[in-house]
Amino acid sequence: MTVCWQGSAEAAWEAAAAVPDPEVPCVTVADLGILRWVRVEDGVAVAGVTPTYSGCPAVLAIELAVEAALREAGFEARIERVLTPPWTTDWITDEGREKLREYGIAPPVKSSGSIRSLFGEVTVACPKCGSTDTEKLSEFGSTACKAHYRCCACAEPFDYFKCI
Amino acid sequence: MAVFDALLELADDHLILGHRLSEWCGHAPMLEEDLAMPNMGLDLIGTARTLYDHAGKLEGKGRSEDDLAYLRGEREYRNCLLVERPNEDFAHTMLRQFYFAAFMRPYWLAALNSTDEVVRGVAGKAEKEMAYHIRHAGEWVIRLGDGTEESAARIRDAVEALHIYVDELFDSSDAAQEAEAAGLLPVRADLRATWDRTVAEVFAEALLEQPTAAYAQRGGRQGIHNETLGHLLAEMQVVHRAHPGARW
Repeated sequence: MTVCWQGSAEAAWEAAAAVPDPEVPCVTVADLGILRWVRVEDGVAVAGVTPTYSGCPAVLAIELAVEAALREAGFEARIERVLTPPWTTDWITDEGREKLREYGIAPPVKSSGSIRSLFGEVTVACPKCGSTDTEKLSEFGSTACKAHYRCCACAEPFDYFKCI
Repeated sequence: MAVFDALLELADDHLILGHRLSEWCGHAPMLEEDLAMPNMGLDLIGTARTLYDHAGKLEGKGRSEDDLAYLRGEREYRNCLLVERPNEDFAHTMLRQFYFAAFMRPYWLAALNSTDEVVRGVAGKAEKEMAYHIRHAGEWVIRLGDGTEESAARIRDAVEALHIYVDELFDSSDAAQEAEAAGLLPVRADLRATWDRTVAEVFAEALLEQPTAAYAQRGGRQGIHNETLGHLLAEMQVVHRAHPGARW
């Protein structure tokens, strides 16, 4: 019985973890660290999902996608919105950061939470050529979580996943 | 119910300012700002949603975030007057944003120690977002103040126009005082020194003089608003009121 339950929780995690982010489909919700946990309680799979930004318009889409994935895997499903501890970019896994780079989005400079990363000048490497000779074009990019940059070396315009 | 009322005041501040920012969508002076202002508006509206939802649950009368946002009239809205001020020009909008964020950042930092778990959760996200808003709006205040003759005149006009609404930020209504005494929300008056410091730093760089307001305009917390709020609510609420419970 215990074995079976463990298997179920694992299967539920795998189903939920594979859901891609609707705005950045190269990474999954697990890569981004916005899927906090999945528990199986009395046969119902409960997934804890946390928003990136307060007003992230993708929150509802993500929750619905995770719920649908769990149902597809044969579970009754429920979503719990988790607010604490708050999400920061440090929740993005190393694998997720690598996927972002390959996709053409510069991953956030590490160690958020320090006021320096928010106010200080950060060095952002171009995801295309790796040069750190880049400039910020706009504080706000294509989505709430990204800023817009340009590489001065290879001229590639790119998104930078902001560090919060 | 004091806690409900206090949370509502806070949520109203965020929804109304978020809506004001959304009015710039498609009208901003440049594409970057056309993205920036609705993005900042989204942060504020997201915060408002969580606060309304929480307030509605604490009230226990089954009112949802939509009920609270769309089905209250002007006199029932308890936002401070600063946030409902019309956008006017870009200088007014940026200064209003800077003033509000300079208040909310220390507010949310203090709220990280709230006795209420949802408030702590909101604070954890919002304090970072407000730091971003201070930086973005603050840079514009500096750029405009230390810019051309025209831009400097406009930001000076904005300072002149908005200054009378600043003191109300630091007032606590009876409901807020109860919530503050219970450790649920930070004491507003305690944040004045931090706000003054933030504004002084940016104004020094912006070559702006610190104004002294001849008087302070108040009333939002009692539901006494400027005539512009009614127009804002009419636009924001019309679809919901015309088609109650509509879904798509």
